[in-house]
Amino acid sequence: MNFDLKIWRQAEGKTKGNFQTVDARDIPSEASFLEMLDIVNDRMSESGEVPVAFDHDCREGICGSCSLTINGIPQGPGRGTACQLYMRKFRDGDTIYIEPFRVGAFPVVKDLVVNRSAFDRVIAAGGFISERCGNAQDANDTPIPKTVVDYAMDAAACIGCGACAAACPNGSAMLFVSAKIGHLGLLPQGKPEANRRVRGMVAKMDAEGFGNCSNFYECAAVCPAGVPAAFIAKMNRDYALASVRNAVEATA
Amino acid sequence: MSTTTLDPKIPSGPLADKWANFKAASKLVSPGNKRRYELIIVGTGLAGGSAAAVFGEQGYNVKCFCYQDSPRRAHSIAAQGGINAAKNYQNDGDSVDRLFMDTIKGGDFRSRESNVYRLAQVSTHIIDQCVAQGVPFAREYGGMLANRSFGGAQVSRTFYARGQTGQQLLLGVYSELSHQISAGTVKMHPRHEMLDLVLVDGQAKGIITRNMVTGEIEAHAADAVILASGGYGNAFFLSTNAMGCNVTATYRAYRRGALFANPCFTQIHPTCIPVSGEYQSKLTLMSESLRNDGRIWVPKRREDCGKKVVEIAEDDRDYFLERKYPSYGNLAPRDISSRSAKEVCDEGRGVGPGGLGVYMDFADAIKRLGEPTIRERYGNLFEMYKNITGENAYETPMRIYPAVHYTMGGLWVDYELQSNVPGLFVIGEANFSDHGANRLGASALMQGLADGYFVLPYTIGNYLAPVRGTCPRVDRPEFKRAMDEVKERVKRLLSIKGTRTVDSFHREIGKLLWDECGMARSKEGLEMAIKKFDQIREEFWSNVCVLGEGDELNASLEKAGRVADFIEFGQLMCEDALDRNESCGGHFRVEYQTPEGEALRNDEDYFYVSAWQYTGEGNKPDLIKEPLEYDGVELATRSYK
Repeated sequence: MNFDLKIWRQAEGKTKGNFQTVDARDIPSEASFLEMLDIVNDRMSESGEVPVAFDHDCREGICGSCSLTINGIPQGPGRGTACQLYMRKFRDGDTIYIEPFRVGAFPVVKDLVVNRSAFDRVIAAGGFISERCGNAQDANDTPIPKTVVDYAMDAAACIGCGACAAACPNGSAMLFVSAKIGHLGLLPQGKPEANRRVRGMVAKMDAEGFGNCSNFYECAAVCPAGVPAAFIAKMNRDYALASVRNAVEATA
Repeated sequence: MSTTTLDPKIPSGPLADKWANFKAASKLVSPGNKRRYELIIVGTGLAGGSAAAVFGEQGYNVKCFCYQDSPRRAHSIAAQGGINAAKNYQNDGDSVDRLFMDTIKGGDFRSRESNVYRLAQVSTHIIDQCVAQGVPFAREYGGMLANRSFGGAQVSRTFYARGQTGQQLLLGVYSELSHQISAGTVKMHPRHEMLDLVLVDGQAKGIITRNMVTGEIEAHAADAVILASGGYGNAFFLSTNAMGCNVTATYRAYRRGALFANPCFTQIHPTCIPVSGEYQSKLTLMSESLRNDGRIWVPKRREDCGKKVVEIAEDDRDYFLERKYPSYGNLAPRDISSRSAKEVCDEGRGVGPGGLGVYMDFADAIKRLGEPTIRERYGNLFEMYKNITGENAYETPMRIYPAVHYTMGGLWVDYELQSNVPGLFVIGEANFSDHGANRLGASALMQGLADGYFVLPYTIGNYLAPVRGTCPRVDRPEFKRAMDEVKERVKRLLSIKGTRTVDSFHREIGKLLWDECGMARSKEGLEMAIKKFDQIREEFWSNVCVLGEGDELNASLEKAGRVADFIEFGQLMCEDALDRNESCGGHFRVEYQTPEGEALRNDEDYFYVSAWQYTGEGNKPDLIKEPLEYDGVELATRSYK
């Protein structure tokens, strides 16, 4: 297959970027999108041109390193990450625009590579259960209904890629943040810190410069892990309750 | 031959009491003194991440490094099937002893008995710990934890979270780690790659890293260095490992004097999606858990291979694992299943492009349990398979073929998980001790978390307690020298400006290893490969082309350094395979097999751990043997028939 690629090139965060046109010929239809980029990079290297930088690692759709916007869609068309997108999904001769994720809170590092450390800082602001490793109670001491744990797992499946924020017109990270709050808050082990967690993480999310949610649900549409947007509503409820409780406790 | 002898420091007493005896006698660092120590941890997978979290929790100052942009992306995340633990929640006869026996036998009697017993003992705590930190393991309707079976075991002891167990365990570790980062006890350095180990007075006291964004070469000092940098499966180019997985951290430690143990023990996983073309960058695993319900077969006759599945009558199908190993059937261990698949393909009975594939068929399971049950158990795996191959496995069998997946070999460690270099500890896949010549499914996650959460935090005390206050300053000449060497190497890689890409070298050694040091190995082949590696190394250093600069994000440069190490390391793998004149586990020497084609072990001459010592570039390494001693187990021929 042949493609007309428009690839975003940017030497570093501070410099200006632009699209480079690349004529990608004889690409096997069974190649994944990233393997197509490998082929393009190999050819660039052979002709003495510096290859395109892009983040990738497991290539199984689970590590969340992929951060490509393909034809305007974070992680590209179809469900799943860019590494799980295969060239047979495109038509021969297609023009394909390849850009990094476009979110203010994810500055470009180089070419298609962005800095998503804001997500790590949001998790560090409460996305955990404080417990010491050692002698936890037996794992079966607290039964958890299957339906609850299955729903928690729907949220826990988040791969932290950031496509949600990249797809949102407001650059909101609410799907990502609500997934962690939902996952931990649904489980009995996560309840003691639930109020602290939601307040801490939401405050950090705002401080990192992510926007607010205005119910476009573009996030859930592109989420490679299929995290339901319902978790955002749950987080808003949790946040409101936690704020009220906090205010009451402050006056008590 | 070197005269160095190895002391594995196995505690005294009966097997079942060793760990308790060790803990009772080990040295402690008092709570007030822990903050006076600096620890370096390289890698944030299950082993490194959990160790960093625990050490942070205990009050040590931890510096943690990973090459990914976030610790949450370490390759442990890709493990699908599950984690073993001797909980016996199923009341099916499991116990610590049973898990221990299965692991020793699965490893074909080449692991260290005391380490494996300890692993089985702490396995039960791991599940408790993970549930406490919010890992959403699968449960039954009554709210109790669910289990499934895995290869090489006749009990159900595997805990799982859909087909994403590794992800959930790693995210649990990552959340604990994040907690410690916010508490200020762990300082995280993502996008940093360790390029050298620094020794001060013969002890590991620091590392040299490259900041992968700015290219800056940095020195970091500590009281002890912990490597949790994973395995070296990517030496084969095509493997199920993430693209960035590499041997550099452990290989650089080896060059500084740490011994590399059993490098030829690599695991070829039986159920991966077959290779489809030259451009392919990696292979995708289909979880072993699928073998609970999938039946593996090929046509009995060669001429049927090209036919459609429906055209091949039941009687014309050869369910070769069920036929050869009736008591374990499709759940025979990985090495045996892989070799059997290779055999039938070598006979010309393979299916799919190039005849390199066997069927994994769910038709019977769907008939018996219904499609919804199968969908619930393996839905995401079927989806993944469809996405990659374009085929619907609910209707037609999956095609699978073995692929490199895990490496049992690693840096040599004693019972305390300390290498022969004092102050250098090695945990998780990066060390060698627990899986012998073959790892059982769902045991890698178990070992990673056991080492990080429950073993190293106890065993490091004996080293740390007496060395308080010895963390060197990075302006010492040892650091300066190591930094200069690293800078020189980077400069050299960039200055060759040859004609071949880094990947072309990687592909070349990958194919060489797969052909000569893969599922079947021979004396002639290995000798040829060892010579070939010399040529490849020479050509690499005179003809590789690395574009771009050193002081920027430069993926070709990162890869070049890793491939340079893989080239040297691949040769070491072949040396090890050549030395071991027997077949055991994943190491199958064609000269040593039974008339039925099973592995023929030689306990008389090879009941030892091969620990290799670096003797200079291009020189043959020295072999140091750690004789194995078993008290609790009778050596037996491994049989799954």
